[in-house]
This record gives sequence, structure tokens and C-alpha cells, in this order.
Amino acid sequence: MITLTDIVKYFHKGSVNEVFALNKISLHLEEGDFVTVIGSNGAGKSTLLNGIAGTFSPDSGKIEVDGSDVTRWPEYRRAALVARVFQDPLLGTCPAATIEQNLALASLRGKRRGLGRGVKAADRIRFREELSRLQLGLEDRLLDKVGLLSGGQRQALTMLMATAVRPKVLLLDEHIAALDPKTAEQILGLTKEIVEGQKLTTLMITHNMNHAITFGNRLIMLHQGRILLDLSGEKKAGLTVKDLLEQFYHAQGEELATDSLLLG
Amino acid sequence: MTIYAFYAALQQGLVYGIMAIGVYLTFRILDFPDLTVDGSLPLGAAISAVAITSGVNPWLSLVLAMGGGFLAGMVTAVLTTRFHILHLLASILTMTALYSINIRIMDGPNVALLGRQTVFDGVRSLGFPSPWPELIVFVGVSAVVLLLLIWFLTTELGQAVLATGDNPQMIRSLGVNTSFIIILGVGLSNALVALSGALVAQHQGAADVSMGVGTIVAGLASVIVGETVFGDRTLARALLAAVLGSILYRLAIGFALGLAFFNPSDLNLLTSVLVVGAMITPSLKRRLFQR
Ligand SMILES: Nc1ncnc2c1ncn2[C@@H]1O[C@H](COP(=O)(O)OP(=O)(O)OP(=O)(O)O)[C@@H](O)[C@H]1O
Ligand SMILES: [Mg+2]
Repeated sequence: MITLTDIVKYFHKGSVNEVFALNKISLHLEEGDFVTVIGSNGAGKSTLLNGIAGTFSPDSGKIEVDGSDVTRWPEYRRAALVARVFQDPLLGTCPAATIEQNLALASLRGKRRGLGRGVKAADRIRFREELSRLQLGLEDRLLDKVGLLSGGQRQALTMLMATAVRPKVLLLDEHIAALDPKTAEQILGLTKEIVEGQKLTTLMITHNMNHAITFGNRLIMLHQGRILLDLSGEKKAGLTVKDLLEQFYHAQGEELATDSLLLG
Repeated sequence: MTIYAFYAALQQGLVYGIMAIGVYLTFRILDFPDLTVDGSLPLGAAISAVAITSGVNPWLSLVLAMGGGFLAGMVTAVLTTRFHILHLLASILTMTALYSINIRIMDGPNVALLGRQTVFDGVRSLGFPSPWPELIVFVGVSAVVLLLLIWFLTTELGQAVLATGDNPQMIRSLGVNTSFIIILGVGLSNALVALSGALVAQHQGAADVSMGVGTIVAGLASVIVGETVFGDRTLARALLAAVLGSILYRLAIGFALGLAFFNPSDLNLLTSVLVVGAMITPSLKRRLFQR
């Protein structure tokens, strides 16, 4: 479904601030793979997802989604294949537009927008149905501006919007990190329901080891722009938080060891 | 204020109201402060005047003017989206270039329309006495522009325009080419400004290269006064408020200039004071009510 080959990304290449964000990343996801992504701050997780979404073009390497080479496609064009939910609930919706207008915008993802009515009567019935699945009472607030909603409500809406048109790949970048624990669990439950229900190929970044283990069928750990750990099936299922933390610190320890070697 | 001064202010408010709608589109909807308008207003006037003196139908000359305005807006938007020049600077560059272009179009600093057919003549020949032909044309054109724009903004494409101003990152991730939308929106805005300029020229009986000076400030004044006085709860209301704000602004200016104390050259000072006043009113109100 998605294949990354030797993706390299530098920021500020050639300057004193040079960051080697992605170091020859190769990754292949099968249709329906639900991959959790972990790694320390600055490991390159967001950069990896941004690279797939097309926020930037990689310095080298190749990105294929659903058989098309999308490496040089701009972000808006890749949106036909890739949907995403950001950490910041404010980023995923239009505050000045109503709930139904936001959903209508999302239900045209990757399609041509013409002079037909923005929100059609038939849409409204569908929107109501989908919103009622969230059990947040939003189905009765179609004409409310999204700016009035809480962060959790906005993030739930964003999940619906991201999947309103079935994406080939769904990218979730710490999409529950800005929410209170209870709301976070709710949105996570919704995520599981949608991703597993529709068998969406998904990459989900999280800093919660527990979530990383319990969700999805595959887990990757990034460190300094490289994939350090890639576990799936049995191996992932048998994983404990302790194992994972050990691996995590092992990776960082290695870094410390090399540092002290250099200094020593 | 005499009744003549009142009618004159009303007419000006209406005809420049079309320009204010254009300014609303960039300034408020697209969040794209655009100074191109100081050049695209006389551009519209120049194109319309030259077209009429070469025998083109005055109504058709309005369409040509709009086309010219659209192109001017496109240039600014392409400089911003494609070449990443700051919007303000890009629009100043286009505006500056338009000064020369407008003189080229008119083959001089102005073109007189004395004795030529204008869009008002058709209505006048129906037997309406002055000032009705002007008022009928201005109200008619404004109404058509408002209705078309309000309709457009509810379409799929129009909704993408609104979203581009509101949350460009989000709408890009939904597959919209925001550069294209900005080019379309800024083009449309300047088409309306040029239309306003064309009507002003036909109304005054001349196009002049310097008639665009201060357009953006007058546009902002109209938008801000309109919002403050008439509200902006819905989009339709906000757009209508821009036109009504334009009328109010011209009436206020007409009234102030009618006082013996002021000279016509005080117009710019008055406008700036008015804009600042309208902009700080909300925060002043808040402070007063907190006490
Ligand atoms: N736009 C940018 N410009 C410059 N450097 C950047 C940019 N985006 C990311 N980086 C750098 O690239 C590296 C990887 O960043 P990235 O955001 O991918 O980390 P992350 O794994 O998502 O971390 P976190 O868990 O903190 O979100 C970091 O060193 C970061 O400073
Ligand atoms: Mg990140």
C-alpha cells in the first residue's frame, strides 16, 4: 500500500543548524497495517509523517502510495490518497465554518470542487448519522461554528473528517496528546473503531508505550532519523512495556556511549 | 449638509461600496492585505474610458475593466504564492507598476469622457431625472455583485476559498491547492475594484491616473465602519455591511468637509482618524464596561 525507499531529509542543509532528520528510511506497509510509531523527542517521527503527507519533498529517496510514485507530488495532490490528524485540535478544522461545512469540505477530499452547493441536503442526513456515532451530541449542532467546540470535540470531528473519504493511508501524529486523559481515551477508542472497522492503513505516533503495544499489528521505533525497531505479529503481541522501555533506553544508551567515547 | 452633497455622498458610497466588497474579500476572507487596489481602481477606470472612447459599449467596457483588474490581482497573488514575496510588498510592487501601465493604457495621465455614452445614459433615457440614473445603476450593480458573491461563497469552490483564509494547512490537507485559491480570490477582488473604478470614471466623466490614491484606506474604513455599525454575524451580513459602511463613510466625510473648519485636503487625516476610531471602539467599550 505504501513503500518508502531510502528517504533522506535534512533541515537547513549546509548551515551550522543542519539537522539530519531522516537517515535513509525504508518502510513498507501492507494494506490494512496499523502501525504505532514511537521514539524520543526529535527522533524524526513527525518528519516521517510530514514526508508521507508531502509537506516537503525528501532530499532523496522514493515514496509510493497505492502504486503511484508520489515523491514529487505537492501536499494538496497527495491529499487524495493521504489523510491526517494533527496533535493540535485547532489545526484539523475551520473554526469560522459550521460543523456541516467542515464535514462537507472533508467529504470532497481529493475531489474536484466546482460550483455545486457546498452543503447538500442529502449530506446533512449522512452527517447527522455519522456524528451520532460519536455520542457527543454534535448531530444536533450541525449549524454551530466549530470554533465553539472543545478540543476533544474538535478532535473527534477531525477523525470523522479524515476518514470521510476512505484514505489509502491515515496519519495520526500524537492526535490525542493535547486532550485530557478521559477525552484522550474516548478519541483513542474512536480511532480503533474507525481504523479497524474500515481496515485503514495507518501510522499512529504516540509517546504512550502502553498504547503503542496494545494498538495496531506492528510497531516501529525511530531514533535519530532511523528505524531502530520493527516488530509485528507475534513479536509485537508478546511485547511488554518493560521490554519496550529497555529497548528505548538501550537505543539512547548507545548514543551516550558513543558520545562519551568521542569525549573520552 | 445640502441635499446635493447628500446625494453626492450617497452615490460615492455606493460606487466605492463595490470596491469595499473587493477589499473585504482579500482583507477579511483571505486574510491577504492587498494594496494592489490603489492601482487596479484607476486601471478599471482607464480600461473602461479608453474602451468607450474607441466605441465599445459602456456595459461591455465594464467587463473589460474587470478582466484587467483580475489580471492585476493575479500578478500580486502569483508573486506571493509562487515566488514567496510577502503579500504587502508584492501588492505594492504591482500597484507601482500599474501606475505606469495605466498611463500607457490612456496614452497620458487622463482620458475625458465628455459627451460619450455611459451606462447611465440608458437609464436616463427611460425618463428618470438626476440623481436617479446613477443611484439605480449603482444599487443594481452592487446588488448583483453581492448576490453573486454570496452565492459563490456557498458553493464547493467558494467554501474552499473561505477555508483557505481560515485554516490553509487544513484545507491543503483536504486536497485544495491553496495557491490557486489565493490567485482566484485576489483576482476576483481586484476585478470588483476595477469595476468600481470603471463606474467612477463613467460617473465623473473622466479617468485619471491619480484617482486610486488612498483606495485601500477608504476600503478598509468602509469594511471596519460597516462591521462596527452593522455587525458581521453572517457572511451575507458582513458583505452588505461593507457597502453600507462605505455609504456611512462617505456621508461622514461629506459632512465633515462641509464644516467651514475643514479643507478638502483634510480628507486623508479624517479618514485615518475614522479608521483608528472604529478599530479601537471595541476595546474602549470593553474597558468602559469593566469599570
Ligand atoms: N521545519 C523544520 N525546520 C528545521 N528543523 C526541523 C523542522 N522540523 C523538524 N526539525 C528537526 O528535525 C528533527 C526531527 O523532528 P521531528 O519533529 O520529526 O521529531 P519528533 O520525533 O516528531 O519529535 P516529538 O516527539 O518531539 O514530536 C528535530 O531535530 C527537529 O528539530
Ligand atoms: Mg512530533
